[in-house]
Order: sequence, then C-alpha cells, then structure tokens
Amino acid sequence: MYNKGTIIPGLAIFVLIVTSPLWLNAFMTGSTVPKVELPPGGETKCIASATVMRSSHMQILNEWRDDVLRDANRIAVTVDGKEYRKGLQMACMECHTNKEKFCDACHEYVSVKPYCWDCHLSPTLAATKKETL
Amino acid sequence: MKYAFSFLAVIALVLIAWLGSQIPGMPYLFGVALPYLALMIFLGGFVYRVVHWAKTPVPFSIQTTCGQGKSLDFIKHSKLEAPNTTAEVVARMFLEIVCFRSLFRNTKSEIHDGPHITYESSKWLWVFSLIFHYSFLVVVIRHLRLFLDPVPACIGWIEYLDGLFQVGAPTWYMTDIGLLAGVALLFGRRLITRHVRFISLVNDYFPLVLIFTIALTGILMRYFLRTDIDIVNVKQLTVGLATFSPVIGAEIGSIFYIHIFLVCILLAYFPFSKLMHSGGVFMSPTRNMKNNTRAVRHINPWNPRILPHSYAGYEDDFREYMVEAGLPVEKELPPKKDEE
Repeated sequence: MYNKGTIIPGLAIFVLIVTSPLWLNAFMTGSTVPKVELPPGGETKCIASATVMRSSHMQILNEWRDDVLRDANRIAVTVDGKEYRKGLQMACMECHTNKEKFCDACHEYVSVKPYCWDCHLSPTLAATKKETL
Repeated sequence: MKYAFSFLAVIALVLIAWLGSQIPGMPYLFGVALPYLALMIFLGGFVYRVVHWAKTPVPFSIQTTCGQGKSLDFIKHSKLEAPNTTAEVVARMFLEIVCFRSLFRNTKSEIHDGPHITYESSKWLWVFSLIFHYSFLVVVIRHLRLFLDPVPACIGWIEYLDGLFQVGAPTWYMTDIGLLAGVALLFGRRLITRHVRFISLVNDYFPLVLIFTIALTGILMRYFLRTDIDIVNVKQLTVGLATFSPVIGAEIGSIFYIHIFLVCILLAYFPFSKLMHSGGVFMSPTRNMKNNTRAVRHINPWNPRILPHSYAGYEDDFREYMVEAGLPVEKELPPKKDEE
C-alpha cells in the first residue's frame, strides 16, 4: 500500500463521518419517545381517526388555512353531527388546550418547526391577551 | 434497451419491498436487518476499494496540467493548473471536489461541412452535476434529524433554509426538486447527446434511475402517501437503528419500506459501481500528484534494484573474452604461470 500516511487517516475520517449518528447518539442523552395523551376535557372524537390525525394533521391545517385566508371559505366542518370551525385556535386547541404537550412534544422530538405560531397564539398566551384588551 | 433494463430492475426492487413488507414479521427484515447489512457492505466495500487502489503503484508522474508549470522566475506559473507544492495540490483538489472544475472544461465537438471540426464549451454537464450533488448532499444532511436525538441546531437551520419558501405543509424543500431535476437532467443528457448515449451502459443508467426513485418515494412519503406515516414512529425506528436498539412501535406505511429498501440497495451497490468516484476523485493520480517532475525525480515503485556497474567492473567480467576477440583492454590479462 502506497501513501499510507494520507490514505489511512482519510479512510478513518470517512468512516467516522458515515457512522457519526452512532457515536453522536452515544455521547448525547436522548429524549424519550413522546407519549400520547387524551385531551384534558375528555373528548374522544376528532374530525378524523387518531392515525389519520397523527399522520396528516398538517395537511388538513394547511387546507383550512388556504380555505379561510385565501378563499374566504369559513364554512365549518361537520363530522358525526359535531361542528368544527376551521382554525387551529378555534378547533384543535379548544380540546387540546396544552400546546406544550399536544404540539411541541412530538414536533421537538422529530425537529419539526411549523410556522403556525408565527401568527397563532397558544391558549395560555391567548388568555393573557384577552385580559389586556 | 439499456435504460429500459434499469427501469425494470428498479420496478422489481420496489415490488419486492412493497409486497415483502406486507408479510407479518418482514418489516423487521426491511427496516432493521437490511439497513445494518447494507451499511456494513457500504463501509467494508468502500474501504476495500480504496485500499485496493492504494496498493496500485503509480509508475509515472502523470498529473494532467492545463497551464504553465513552474519554470524560470519571469515565466508566470499557473499554480492551480500545474501545482508545484502540496498546498497547491490541495487547493486544486479542493476546487475539483467542491466546484467540479474539470466538468467546467467540458467541450462539445461537432463536424461541419468542409469537413471541419469545431469545439465549443458545453457547461450542461457541470450545471446538472452541481444541482444534483449539492441537492443530494443537503438531502442527506437533512435526514440526520431522523437519526440524531436531540437534533443539533445546525440541522434545523439547514431545514429552515431549504424550506424557506414555506410552500404547503409539510414544507416543500428546494433540494427535493433539485435532486429530482438534477437526476432527470443527467439522465436526459445521456439520452439526448448522441455520443454520450453511445457510450452509456446499464451501470450508467441504473444508479440514476435508482436515485430518482429514492427521491420520488421520499417525496411521495412526505407529501402524498401519508397513510400510516407517523413521523414519531419512523424516528423511533431510525434513532433505534443508530443506537442499536431498533423498535418498530406501530405499523408504518409500505412506502417507507420501499424508500428504505432502495436506500439499502444503493448503499450495497455503491462500492461496486461508478458511484465510487466519490472516493476515487481523491485517489486519481492525474489530480493528486505534483507537477514537479523537473525538480524531483519520480521513481517507479516496481523498478528492480540495479547497482551501478562501472566499465572497470565490466572489463573485469569479460577481459578474457575481450582479449581473445582482439578488443583493446585497459588492463591486460595477468601473466599466465603454467604456460612455459
């Protein structure tokens, strides 16, 4: 083997980079997988099943956003006789009042940073705003 | 035919993963066993290939130069094109790897009436390669969010910049489109340019189709076929893979297994294919040698050891025969004792 002095360190760096998740995780304390909880109010029904909501809630919210803000279509969604107004604060957060548990726990775990909260307020924040008005 | 075969092969692989992952118990094969196996083949094969190359001697100093080599002081030395020192070689290699300078020099030759031949700069290959490689790099770095827990902030910044346009939810990434477009353009170039199509083989088309399908399944999984794609479950599995404790918590959609199976195929195929140019670019003597043949002698490593042999020694070996043949010698034969 020729040029051992450069090739062996080069290969070592390559292997370290490829396996970096293995040893980075070994040195970092991992978080636990977030656990799902039912909303504090005790509601068990949503606009769709739990699996659909878990995988596709962002697409539903995006459609609602486009309906309401771009097409001025605020017609409420009715599922199983119950009416849901189109909106994060008006529908979702009505039952799931705890943003930290309902939104942030999973989003932080998988490093998703939705920009909902650029405009929306979490229920606790919204309550403080109401008082000042 | 050559490209049709690549499509058929990838379709067959997709079907294997799609149908295979439906069988109970098989998700562990596709989600756990094959990724580990593929990663081991990738790393082992990569190191094997590089060591194999490193064992090959370089008999001549064969750097390619495209500029004036170092000469007399008043002749301007082109430092990047004919590097004379290690630092200049490093700078040249760096630009080659990061900017693909040799692709930038690509030319197109055409025969016109006369007949005479013309050469014209052709930058398409360079542009398509830049789009493809950098999109792929960002896509790979972004995937670290699924393998690292907690996720470092810098990966979040890359994701933010990549999804800067905030189109849709989940946000569309620029590199998703860049990767698909880059592969499609490189594939199209192989089909449209006649002489490139003539020299293209199955092993040129197959990686392009495979990478295109990997990107396509990833995009379908993220934006369209979201049934049973709960990212928390997925991350539980992928972080489990990176910490040697993989768990498949709940059912994950088949599109995920198709995606991961194709990635495994890519990893396992990588060391035995043209994709090894990623390691090979560092090993190519035409790039990594110094253009200093007038200053430093390059010795062929397989040269036999030949000791200097002076004329006096030569005459010592053959004096008897030389005298016999009547050739002049510098030193006469010793007087013979038993002649008289």
